[in-house]
Parts: sequence; structure tokens; C-alpha cells
Amino acid sequence: MKHTLSFQRYLILLAVMLTASVGDTLLSHGMSQVGQVSIHHLGLLLVAMKNPWVIAGITLLIGFFASYLTALSWADLTFVLPSTAFGYVVVALLAKFWQHETISLTRWLGILLIVCGVGFVANGPSLTEHPAKPSERELEKA
Amino acid sequence: MTVVGAVETWASIGAVAVTAVAGDILTAGAMRRIGDLDLIRERSGMSGAIKAVVGSPMFLLGVCSMAVSFFSLLFTLSVVDVSLAAPASAAITYIGNAFAAKFFLHENVDKRRWISAAFVTAGVALLAK
Repeated sequence: MKHTLSFQRYLILLAVMLTASVGDTLLSHGMSQVGQVSIHHLGLLLVAMKNPWVIAGITLLIGFFASYLTALSWADLTFVLPSTAFGYVVVALLAKFWQHETISLTRWLGILLIVCGVGFVANGPSLTEHPAKPSERELEKA
Repeated sequence: MTVVGAVETWASIGAVAVTAVAGDILTAGAMRRIGDLDLIRERSGMSGAIKAVVGSPMFLLGVCSMAVSFFSLLFTLSVVDVSLAAPASAAITYIGNAFAAKFFLHENVDKRRWISAAFVTAGVALLAK
């Protein structure tokens, strides 16, 4: 049986790709404000938890985790993971058209490769066939 | 901004990737054992779905691995350029996950998914340029 996804499940994958990339960007911005963390001063990592950018990044990453777990419950890991990579494309396009940053030819090539990579799995089945799980068996009986 | 040598740089990036792969495989394995969350939510509500997830030891182990990976990433970002650390650890994680999903989760990683993993890895590496 070929597993295809409903519109609602594609929205979950969209949430996975957006929250991960924007969350990582906010975390990176926050850590640049906190400063260098050395192996002898790991306590600074706890100080980083008070930075608003780090807090905002963590909040988005919690949203990412919830949507990621939901997606993993009905799709393979190797199907869901390329969606997270598509977030890099979203960030690059935002940088180009919103922040008016210059994107080099190499980066456009990178974006093209990721789009192709995501396209390869998006057209295929989302889940490997395995024996029915206990919850599904119970539901079928009911 | 990179302030450590090549060995330390790649050791810290490698630590981020290995712990991320372990976290992904353990949580994906846990979610597979638990089953479709949409079905569980229909039957037991949101609290039932949350209880099913957080009650899984495999999931909790996966979260611990992800937490180690997260703090490794924070540490790495403070000593290695983000333009190297983030894409390099992500690229290694994608390929590592494809191998680990095939061997530990027995996913059908067919030609299409290998090509996808290779394209995404190369694409992420090019974005760092």
C-alpha cells in the first residue's frame, strides 16, 4: 500500500520546517550576544537561558519538537528529515527578499539541491510497511 | 571566529552529529512503537497522547540524547563559526540518520531516499559557502 499524506499532515510538515529554521536562527543570534563559552566556564550555558533571543529560539524549537513527534508517528524518519532541511531554503529566501541580502551562486545551487532532495522523497511513500501496532490493532477490533 | 584547532572543531561537530542521530533514532523508534498519535488522540484525547509519549523510556532516552546534542551545539557555536558548525553538523546528521534508520529502524531507505539524503547533504554544505 502506498502511504500518501492528507493536507493537514502536509501542514504539520510545514510547521516542522519553519519552526526549526527560525528557531535555530534566533538561538544563533542569542549565543552571539552571550559570548564565548569555554570548557572551564560551562555555567555560561545556563546564563544563556536568560537571553530573550535564546528563550524565543527555545520556544520555537519546542513547537518544532511537538510537530516533529507528530510527524514521526505517521511517517518514516527518512521522509520527515528532508523537510527540516527545506527550512534552510526558507531562511535563504527570507534573507534575499525581506532583508535584501545578496545570495551567491553557490548558495542558489545549494538551495536547488535541497529542493530536489525534498522533491525526491515527497513524491514517494511516507511510511515503510510494518506489522500493525497494538493501538491500531485495538482500534481495528473496535 | 573559530578559536580552536581543526581536531577540536571536528570533534565538537562530530559530537553534535552523533548525539543528534542517537536522539532522532531513539525518538523515531519510540514513536513507531507508540503508534499513530492522531489515532491515539481520537481515542484518548490530548492527555492520553501526551501520556503515551512521555511514558516511553525509549523516548526519554532519545530526549536525553537530544539535550546532550543541544548543549554540544551551544558549546560548538561559541568556539566555531556558525557558518561551518550548523551546516556541517546538519549534513553529517542527515547522512548518519539515513544509515541509522536503515539498520536500526529497518526503514525502506530505497534509491530515492539515498539520493535525497545525498542531495540535501550537498545542498546544506553549499549553503555554508
